[in-house]
Amino acid sequence: MLSNSAKLGTRKSQHNNKGVSMSKKVLCLSVGLTAMLAATPAFAQTEIAWWHAMDAQLGEKLQEIATGFNESQSEFKVIPTYKGTYPETLTAAIAAFRANEQPAIVQVFEVGTGTMMAAKGAVYPVYQLMADNGEPWDPSGFLAPVTGYYSDVDGNILSMPFNSSTPIMYYNKDLFEKAGLDRETPPKTWAELETMSRQIVESGAAPCGLSSAWITWIQTENLSAIHDQPFGTLDNGFGGLATEFTFNGPVQVKHWDNLKKWADEGLFQYGGPVGGADSAPKFYAQECAIFMNSSAGRAGVIANSKEFEVGFAPLPYYDDEITEPKNSIIGGATLWALNGKDPEVYKGVAQFFTYLSEPEIQAGWHQFTGYLPITNAAYELGQSQDYYAQNPGSDVAIQQITRGTPTANSKGVRFGNLTQARNVVDEEFEAMLAGSKTAQEALDSAVERGNQILRDFEAANQ
Amino acid sequence: MIENRPVLAFLTHLVLIVGVVIVVFPVYLAFVASTHGSGDFMRGLVPLLPGPHLIENYSFMLNEGISSAGAPPLWIMLLNSLVMAISIAVGKIIISILSAYAIVFFRFPFRMVAFWIIFITLMLPVEVRIIPTFKVVADLGMLNSYPGLIIPLIASATATFLFRQFFLTVPDELMEAARVDGAGAMKFFRDILLPLSRTNIAALFVILFIYGWVQYLWPLLVTTDSRYYTIVMGIKRLAATADSEPQWNFVMAAVMLAMLPPVLVVIFMQRLFVKGLVETEK
Amino acid sequence: MQAKRTTFPNKFLPYWLLVPQLAVTLIFFIWPAVQALKSSFEREDPFGFKTTFVWFENYRRLLIDPMYVGSLGKTAVFAFSVTALSMSLSLILAVAVNRVLRSNRAYTTLLVWPYAVAPVVVGILWWFMFNPTIGIAPYLLRGMGIDWNHRVDGNQAMIFVVMAASWKQISYNFLFFVAGLQSVPQSQIEAAAIDGAGPFKRFWTIVFPLLAPTTFFLLIVNINYAMFDTFGIIDATTQGGPAQATNILVYKVYTDGFLGLNIGSSSAQSVILMIIVIALTAIQFRYVERRIQY
Repeated sequence: MLSNSAKLGTRKSQHNNKGVSMSKKVLCLSVGLTAMLAATPAFAQTEIAWWHAMDAQLGEKLQEIATGFNESQSEFKVIPTYKGTYPETLTAAIAAFRANEQPAIVQVFEVGTGTMMAAKGAVYPVYQLMADNGEPWDPSGFLAPVTGYYSDVDGNILSMPFNSSTPIMYYNKDLFEKAGLDRETPPKTWAELETMSRQIVESGAAPCGLSSAWITWIQTENLSAIHDQPFGTLDNGFGGLATEFTFNGPVQVKHWDNLKKWADEGLFQYGGPVGGADSAPKFYAQECAIFMNSSAGRAGVIANSKEFEVGFAPLPYYDDEITEPKNSIIGGATLWALNGKDPEVYKGVAQFFTYLSEPEIQAGWHQFTGYLPITNAAYELGQSQDYYAQNPGSDVAIQQITRGTPTANSKGVRFGNLTQARNVVDEEFEAMLAGSKTAQEALDSAVERGNQILRDFEAANQ
Repeated sequence: MIENRPVLAFLTHLVLIVGVVIVVFPVYLAFVASTHGSGDFMRGLVPLLPGPHLIENYSFMLNEGISSAGAPPLWIMLLNSLVMAISIAVGKIIISILSAYAIVFFRFPFRMVAFWIIFITLMLPVEVRIIPTFKVVADLGMLNSYPGLIIPLIASATATFLFRQFFLTVPDELMEAARVDGAGAMKFFRDILLPLSRTNIAALFVILFIYGWVQYLWPLLVTTDSRYYTIVMGIKRLAATADSEPQWNFVMAAVMLAMLPPVLVVIFMQRLFVKGLVETEK
Repeated sequence: MQAKRTTFPNKFLPYWLLVPQLAVTLIFFIWPAVQALKSSFEREDPFGFKTTFVWFENYRRLLIDPMYVGSLGKTAVFAFSVTALSMSLSLILAVAVNRVLRSNRAYTTLLVWPYAVAPVVVGILWWFMFNPTIGIAPYLLRGMGIDWNHRVDGNQAMIFVVMAASWKQISYNFLFFVAGLQSVPQSQIEAAAIDGAGPFKRFWTIVFPLLAPTTFFLLIVNINYAMFDTFGIIDATTQGGPAQATNILVYKVYTDGFLGLNIGSSSAQSVILMIIVIALTAIQFRYVERRIQY
């Protein structure tokens, strides 16, 4: 008992890292000692380790949420630890699991969903966790496209949505005006984007019309979803490990063809594979007038675009392929509970997840970070707070992700080893840009190589 | 310099100046970045001259900057890096010099086997063995501890190899003279070999200190307790934002701050291996 | 392999001297390496629930993959270029610093200090310098009429990563060359000068041979560095692209193992990489070392 309480006292003071004064430390210690001396037995807080990949200001906000939960009750203590980038965090969790040192909660990016879902022995599905611990759980309260991505075939939600995003289009209003276009009218269709880009370049307003991060996620996966085109068999992989890629369809080929044409004409500039590290500077330097990236980058885009006004718009679509575009699909990450901890810990995790779902907490996180509000209640709260009216463009993402009725093609993608498959897609895109393949050949090759990756995953997880 | 050849002297300085420019330019760039406002670096041609925000950025980093978002205060991270760097440098030097001595100055069965076992440690990429190494460390209960941070990194073939190279150049006459004098193996080691090795030890110390100082992946994996965070973990955290642009001016300020202790080590150690103060005669 | 002619007679002392290093090596390196070797013969899911022994399947798949074989070639080009560029530049600088008496401490500090830039940051700085939009290098190159875009041109990408990787090693090599030059006896140089040998002749006939042990050391270390420690730089600059132009073997290990969590394949790749480097090293020890007079 003595050691537990003393530990409680000193632990508290050590984790208070914003320059705790001497007196506060003493206070903590004396509180601990008092608790020990009191007749009632003092119990140690159950600690819940939460590994995440949120850094800088996002990490600070996350810490605030954890602290808020810790202060709202005394039984549990959530301890967030930054473990690096998304891949580093996942690898750390896996290494820890193999050594029986795993955290209770880990934040895994959407690309790792396939891996996590296949690891049935490692994962404690959220819907089960909540039910087992008697916490309220209403799947319908969540934004449908978000939960759809993380549900199994029976519609049970396996991981806790936390920070989800979707790609949108940012554009430079000043450059639009300079080129003679209406600054309040961004292109709605790809045809319009082509014409507008041409006008921008030919008028001399800027040397380039469009650049984009995430060729894979935005220009292939989301393209397919928005146009109700399949990305893979078996409901884009939701139906099982035997899925195969099918993204070399006519719409995708047409789009890649266009990107190549535009690149040759100078209307489109490629910004690199994966997250496209080179494309953002093109937008901030006013070299390219239009930029496509995750909605979560909104704060950063505004901060870096000090010299011009940024506009926000949904992604364009091909109006000759679809008249009512479907919803876009999500990126970002969710929180997964890992097996192997004491039941006491999971009680706390369940309570924490309930806390996370509260509208105020959700709305606060979403408004600060630019990630989507996960619950309908949080969205409504923001509306009632007039947040969206005061921050134009902040609801573009939500509206885009909730438009229309989702189909099997727009619920998202579920593929194992998706990181590797995306690398293949990036490589084929680059080969196409270099002129060594046509769009059809590049996509065909990507599908073929990608399918091999899928078969590997299937074999390893059968 | 033996003759006085002004052309050659001028050429030498020219070569050195060009060399310094090439080698230092990226670091200069980091410095320039740390003196501008956030976002200045992404908006147009990267500025080549320092900006006006030097005091502002650096005081922010020292007071709050790195220690935001759950990381411990700056001085704790610097301390951890210092402990790691010194322990790793000293540890590696000690065990490597002993091993090299054994391999070069003695004949015994399995001598070459031992050398190659040690030497092979250079040749397997760390990412592949990192998960099994983590398991070993966890099984030994060494997570979240200084030994866990330090000991797995201490087996270095580089230092052993360097000492081996150097020891092979030590003239046999020295050894024989020592034996004639009745000195045993360890006495020879202490009194004759070590002083001779001073230059190499100094050079190695600089390199190994920096190696320990910049460790990132291993501390990240092996610690969950933020009390053990190193300074480079703090920097990487600022530089690797998940969905938005990092604030480069703060990242670079942290980078510059992190480079200060190694610079001190370089300056201090130089005395031991730069010409002018060291006897070049053996 | 070379050895001393005279040795100490102690029977047990050498073993005791070796114990610390061997212990740490065996526990924290050999044992995990054996695990990795074992993984290369298996197919398993990342969490380790299901492991199947698949004999040489992982290896077979690699060797019939044209992309992997292509990667071998690129790695060779990369490793050779980085080693040659980095060692020659640092040797020139070390010799130059050695000639200068008064300001050599300042030069040495300036030239060694960049080694203290954390590896994770080196790639970022080079990314800045060569970024097509905000980088100083493309700007200057455009002024000279060269259109630089390493996102599209594979050769430019290779040049780019070779430069970045070499840069990082210049300080390291320089430091050891400077230390090595210390042990060149002044008397021999003076004697040669009296005999009428000019500075270049003195360098090649006296200094360079005496520097050979250091050079051999650096040769092995540099090749090792190029083959194993450069994935961070590739990751920050070209990510192996465009279209695999800079996808060297160790980067593939990193992407497949660390990012792709395909433990079996990345273990197999590491074993192949290890075999290549061991072979290279053995060759160097056998054929290059015998020309060195210690």
